[in-house]
Amino acid sequence: MSSILKIALKLLVNDRSKFIALLVGITFAVFLMIMMMSMFSGILSRSSSSVYNVGAKIWVMDPAVNNATSSIPMPDYVLSSARSINGVKYAVPIYFGNALVKLKSGAYQAVSVVGLDDATLYGRPELIEGKIEDIYAESAFIVVKDAEFKKLESPAVGTEFEINDHRGLVVGLAKVASGGLFGIPTVYTTYHRAITYIPSMRFTTSYILIEPKHESDIPFIQQQIKKLGYQALTRDQFVRKISDFYTYQTGMGMNVLMMTAISFIVGLSISGQTFYTFILENLERFGALKAIGAKGNELIKMILFQASFTALIGYGLGVGLASALMILAKLRLPSYAAQVTYTNLTFAFFMVLIMAGVSSYIGIRKVLQIQPFDIFRG
Amino acid sequence: MGNVAIKANALVKWFGEGEAKTTAVKSASFEADFGELLYIVGPSGSGKTTLLSMISGILKPNEGSVLVEGKDIWQMKSDDIADLRLHKIGFVFQDYHLFPRLTTVENVAIPLILKKMDWNEALKVGLEYLEIVGLKDKAQLQPVKLSGGEQQRVAIARAIAGKPDILIFDEPTASLDGDTGRKIVEFVKTKILNPERCVIIVTHDSRIYEYADSIMKMEDGNIIAFERNTNAIPYMSHEK
Repeated sequence: MSSILKIALKLLVNDRSKFIALLVGITFAVFLMIMMMSMFSGILSRSSSSVYNVGAKIWVMDPAVNNATSSIPMPDYVLSSARSINGVKYAVPIYFGNALVKLKSGAYQAVSVVGLDDATLYGRPELIEGKIEDIYAESAFIVVKDAEFKKLESPAVGTEFEINDHRGLVVGLAKVASGGLFGIPTVYTTYHRAITYIPSMRFTTSYILIEPKHESDIPFIQQQIKKLGYQALTRDQFVRKISDFYTYQTGMGMNVLMMTAISFIVGLSISGQTFYTFILENLERFGALKAIGAKGNELIKMILFQASFTALIGYGLGVGLASALMILAKLRLPSYAAQVTYTNLTFAFFMVLIMAGVSSYIGIRKVLQIQPFDIFRG
Repeated sequence: MGNVAIKANALVKWFGEGEAKTTAVKSASFEADFGELLYIVGPSGSGKTTLLSMISGILKPNEGSVLVEGKDIWQMKSDDIADLRLHKIGFVFQDYHLFPRLTTVENVAIPLILKKMDWNEALKVGLEYLEIVGLKDKAQLQPVKLSGGEQQRVAIARAIAGKPDILIFDEPTASLDGDTGRKIVEFVKTKILNPERCVIIVTHDSRIYEYADSIMKMEDGNIIAFERNTNAIPYMSHEK
């Protein structure tokens, strides 16, 4: 570090109260921004959990579908047509629905039911207990052992239960990549058992999952599905569609954006004001430095360094604090949805840079305005 | 190096425009030599500080020129003037303007740091200058823990650490009691002034006139007298 920056650093950190106030302001702002964005990221990620967990490359759906849980059943001919498209390796139906489980305690618990294609079981979860072929047994269900598992009174393999007034039998426990958004347990069964147990409309296929022969076949498949009046989306496109729905059509995105903006403004106000006070208090000394022979660019360098140093430390503390709180929250609430992403970190970093930039701009303007002659005049 | 340290030619400085225009210095010309302790004296508002600022490259005159060691400083670019101040001129401000968050020795090292000297080397040299002003044992203290006279000496150490040819003091005794003020000026005269350095002091403290080699009197922006002080106490340099 150059000697002039060392002076800048000492001026900054030796003024403990101001330095702490600056750090608190930036840390608080980063903490709030990261928390808000992480919660939102977590919610968006959970909202697409079915898409991630099933893992199909192409999803066929009614164009009006805007999130995975609100599927619009499609007639059977769509499946037949999909299977006949050139470039389709295979196409299978999948069912998503909800049912009520009566627990041994007598309480009812809503569950999310996934009905897997009977022939292929495409989209099946990874089993941690039991055998997948047991899913064909009478009344068989596989229960996902995730954060919501306890809500079903932690059933073991062999546990019987009542689902929509039908007998259910746990034949396996599974794990999935991502938990659901709505905090209800998930059970897997065969497609036909699912539509038998759960009241449904004339059509029953929630989605058609397609595996293309080659990646290059995807546009053609999408085109052909579109001709049928339906929509074929790749996994990423479907995830984006769900994210867009929650972001723009539920008010959630606007709320998070507003909270993030407020956090930014609070942080900017505290850090900007404190840094400005810091500069004002040292203004005469900066003037004295000018009189002694410091050039404008050296003073700018000092101020930029001070602002950047504070911003980076505050950023680190804010990210650390938010991460620690999320870890603690996840220990207490396993279904806690917040997740820190690189996008969140980059966005918060960018916002912190703006805070540092604005704070230093105010300081630099003031310092460049002070004339050494003012120091002589007192 | 010639004998003339600073030569001011017909300097004029005014502030404001129209009815608000005030002329602070009206055609001031004088010379200050190396080895000379020159006082600029006069009542408040007489233009002393404005004149001092113009000859030290801080305030641009409206008219006239300033030659420092033969170079017309106001023909230079602003960065070059800053360099000239850094290398040729040392300042001791009325309120010292020491950095309260830095230690005494770090304050003294500032001109050296601005000259791109390595941090440790600058502190080492700074310590040597603190020894000259008799404050080596207070090197690690913050300036606020020093008395007014000690702070003044730290400011002097800072001003001479860059080995300037010209030293400028603005009201060095204004914040000090008479005894301390005299001691400071005596210290400057005997330890800081030497044949290769010119010291200019702006003051209106008549108690320290006995140390001046020359006294320039100002009133209403005019130099009204320039006198050699035949009773001046001679210098006895220990520095440079």
